[in-house]
Amino acid sequence: MTSNRRSGDTGRGTGVGLAGFGFGGSRAGPRPRVSPWRIIVLAMVVVIGGIYAAPNLFPPDFALQVTVDNSPRTFDNYLLEELAEVLDEGGVPVIAKDRIPEGGLLRVADAEAQLRGSALLRDYLNPPGEERQFVVALNLASTTPEWLKGIGGEPMALGLDLKGGAHFVLQVDMEEALAKRLTDEVEKIKDMLREERVRYRSTANAVQGETIRMGFVTGQLRDRAYAVIEDEFREPDYLLAEADVDGRPGFEITVQEAKIDEIESNAIEQNLTGLRNRINQLGVAEPLVQKLGGSRIVIDLPGVQDAADAKRKINKFANLEFRLEAAADDRPSEIDDWVYEGRPVQLNRRVILTGDRVVHAAQGRDPENGLPQVDIKLDSQGGDMFHDATSPNIGRRMAVIFIEHKPIVTVEEVDGERVERHSSRADKRVISLATIRAALGYTFRITGLTVREAQELAFLLRAGALAAPMYIVEERTVGATLGEENIERGMLAVGAGLVLVLIFMAFYYKVFGLVADVALTLNLVILVAVMSLLGATLTLPGIAGIVLTVGMAVDANVLIFSRIREELKTRPPAQAIQAGYDRAFLTIMDANVTTLFVALILLTIGSGPVAGFAITLSIGIVTSMFTAIFGSRVVVDLIYGGRRVERVLI
Amino acid sequence: MTTRGAAMTGRPLTTFDFMGKRLIAAGVSVVLVVASVVAVVFVGINRGLDFTGGALVEFGFAQAVDPEVVRGILVAEGFENGVVQIYGAETDILVRMPPVEGVDQSDLGAQIAGVLQGSFDDVELRRSEFVGPTVGEELTEKGGLALLVALGAVMLYIMWRFTGKFGVGAVTALIHDVLLVVGAFAIFQWTFNLPELAALLAVIGYSLNDTIVVSDRIRENFRSVRRGTPVEIINYSLNQTLGRTLVTSLTTLLVLGALLFAGGEQVSGFATALAIGVVVGTYSSIYVAANVLLAMGISKQDLALPDKEDANP
Repeated sequence: MTSNRRSGDTGRGTGVGLAGFGFGGSRAGPRPRVSPWRIIVLAMVVVIGGIYAAPNLFPPDFALQVTVDNSPRTFDNYLLEELAEVLDEGGVPVIAKDRIPEGGLLRVADAEAQLRGSALLRDYLNPPGEERQFVVALNLASTTPEWLKGIGGEPMALGLDLKGGAHFVLQVDMEEALAKRLTDEVEKIKDMLREERVRYRSTANAVQGETIRMGFVTGQLRDRAYAVIEDEFREPDYLLAEADVDGRPGFEITVQEAKIDEIESNAIEQNLTGLRNRINQLGVAEPLVQKLGGSRIVIDLPGVQDAADAKRKINKFANLEFRLEAAADDRPSEIDDWVYEGRPVQLNRRVILTGDRVVHAAQGRDPENGLPQVDIKLDSQGGDMFHDATSPNIGRRMAVIFIEHKPIVTVEEVDGERVERHSSRADKRVISLATIRAALGYTFRITGLTVREAQELAFLLRAGALAAPMYIVEERTVGATLGEENIERGMLAVGAGLVLVLIFMAFYYKVFGLVADVALTLNLVILVAVMSLLGATLTLPGIAGIVLTVGMAVDANVLIFSRIREELKTRPPAQAIQAGYDRAFLTIMDANVTTLFVALILLTIGSGPVAGFAITLSIGIVTSMFTAIFGSRVVVDLIYGGRRVERVLI
Repeated sequence: MTTRGAAMTGRPLTTFDFMGKRLIAAGVSVVLVVASVVAVVFVGINRGLDFTGGALVEFGFAQAVDPEVVRGILVAEGFENGVVQIYGAETDILVRMPPVEGVDQSDLGAQIAGVLQGSFDDVELRRSEFVGPTVGEELTEKGGLALLVALGAVMLYIMWRFTGKFGVGAVTALIHDVLLVVGAFAIFQWTFNLPELAALLAVIGYSLNDTIVVSDRIRENFRSVRRGTPVEIINYSLNQTLGRTLVTSLTTLLVLGALLFAGGEQVSGFATALAIGVVVGTYSSIYVAANVLLAMGISKQDLALPDKEDANP
């Protein structure tokens, strides 16, 4: 390829300039004709790209999403009609209405109508003082035409920074998860020992880190206890060994690494489930709840403006404990002190049951006196446990303890380094103390609460217990107005950047500049289409990535065109074009590979804003290679190919 | 510079004697690099919320407000360490709080919002962010690691792509560019957050790409041009690639300008970092990479062995 290069001439020679155009005959070289296949491929990409980018042109409608929460009524077309009428009468015209699984979607004109409409529907559907029957959420409804949807066309999802909403990252307290699980195991061991009538020494701190320690009065008792639990606590999950506990014979159970992993992963799964339930209760359209790494959970709540309220519901966990009032023959170590209605009471430390066994909880009112109450239903195991514990104790009093954990993160300075201290404040109080009149079973009710407490207890019990406390380690809330502004600014930046580059290229490279402009525009269309097809989320940094792509994507064409300009001094136009494209290819690859490298490394940092930038940049680089090299070549050949070219405008 | 005419004659776009000024350029580069290192070490980078942890709240007011007044109100309510600044528009106020000892941090934003909404009519909470110190530290670690990995990976690529003196030149240019961008952030105390880190990584890609194009041409000309001193050959190569270098830098700067002026405050740091990177990257591909080649005494003998791409020059 380099045979006809002039060598060693760094001075101003003659015989160049436009001379190359005069060559004819054999020097004219091959005339690149445009193969119909290349045109077909390009046309197909243009059409497909255009189709899949198109959904983004349809701005979504503001909509109200109504789903069934605790209503006996199912969502049917009649209800949908009814809701539309409520809105129309309330001065919020409904543009369109559709059924969705277990609910309906009503489209309204704008954000203001959406807010007024949601208030109207809430008032209509959920009578005050009763349990919520329907969830009314604000949503954006796609306006993509059916035929586009039918072939998988959907607009890009917008990130929280563009549509407003709240984003949380929660850290699951794994130490606490382990401690909680081991405390449960201690209770299990005690039950087993009681059943076999092996007396153990009670200690307050049987669980220490990853070990459980229990002591006995004699070595003989210890040996019997050892035999009882041996089968249950064995390798590979546990390591059981004899040990001295407070100077007495005893044993020590150490949890092994694999079991700890299992406990931790169960804890995070259980918290995920609990969180999903809670968030479903919040009434947020399209929430996202995901595991992030080993011990974190990320939550995105689009459209949520009151982050404080969401946070309170997400991150609070309440539980119940059922315990018997202390009997006269209970040992002092088994008893602790409480206050109920201003009077001191003593309760047995043994927990009969916790809220974990609750499968359903509903707030209601006592039909006799109208006081608030919570109706509770237990799972079968819980029901059996409850029955076994209450039937021999008829006539004794049983206490219900309400435990509310509020996690607190504080920052302290230790040796000049900032560290987070996680603590949780557990408010425990006796909410009822009542005589057991008959053995209790799967269903019962709890009284002695205010309306608000009853609501909250029902909500939290229903939402499910969390296996471990969680702490908010990151929170970002974006208001709806800022989101809209970000979209407008971002689009303006993309538009302004694009126009500037288009004008510059057209001026600088003439006809070829216009070809580059076509390629650049096509690149943008394909980029949007690919992002839509991949279901990628568009964020503000993502838009910045698109803007940068617009500026850098022309580089490939610039490389090609400056090479063509150079080649034109020694070759006729057709050959120069061919050589320009061929010789610039390697350099273009280089340029793009390096940027792609960096974009992929950025992706591995993985954090929201940076990932958005990296994704658009990576996709933009790949699509720009196609449009700048293949796309522009086809257009250039359509203009100059297949005929004798005297001069090109470049 | 007569770019148009030069292009039509097929000569290099200009015949500017780049290498004649190489000692001045080397001096300028050394001064800037030293200034950057000094600024980074002694002044430090103004790390933003993403890396330090803490809370940040952005408010929109109905009319322009004096940040000093807002600060006064916050101090009176016990928020003493807050930084209050105008953000973009006169009606926009940004409050940044460092991690505070002994305070439940995740509520900080809501508390500040409560205070201001009590003191002003029509305050809109535009944005509220809280990053725990642990997350901040992790992001600092991850970000630093990403930067090192990016530099390392790109250097490996250079070593595979070029050998010997060209590799040294490209790596020097790369480090030069990263240092200057980071240095600018330290000198002007601009806030350095995750998007700026992303910009810095993009600068690595951009700078390298420029250097590769220039170095390729120098290598090619060392093989094909028979006469001339190394300085002449490098000058000739730089002039040949100048058009492309300038056009690409210009289009990139055009879009970055659009982003800077239209994109709003949240992307301004990102756009600034990249714009500096593009300017510095363009300069370094001319004066740093090529300068290093000359300083190491590049000669035709260095490229005597046939290479897989240009086996038959």
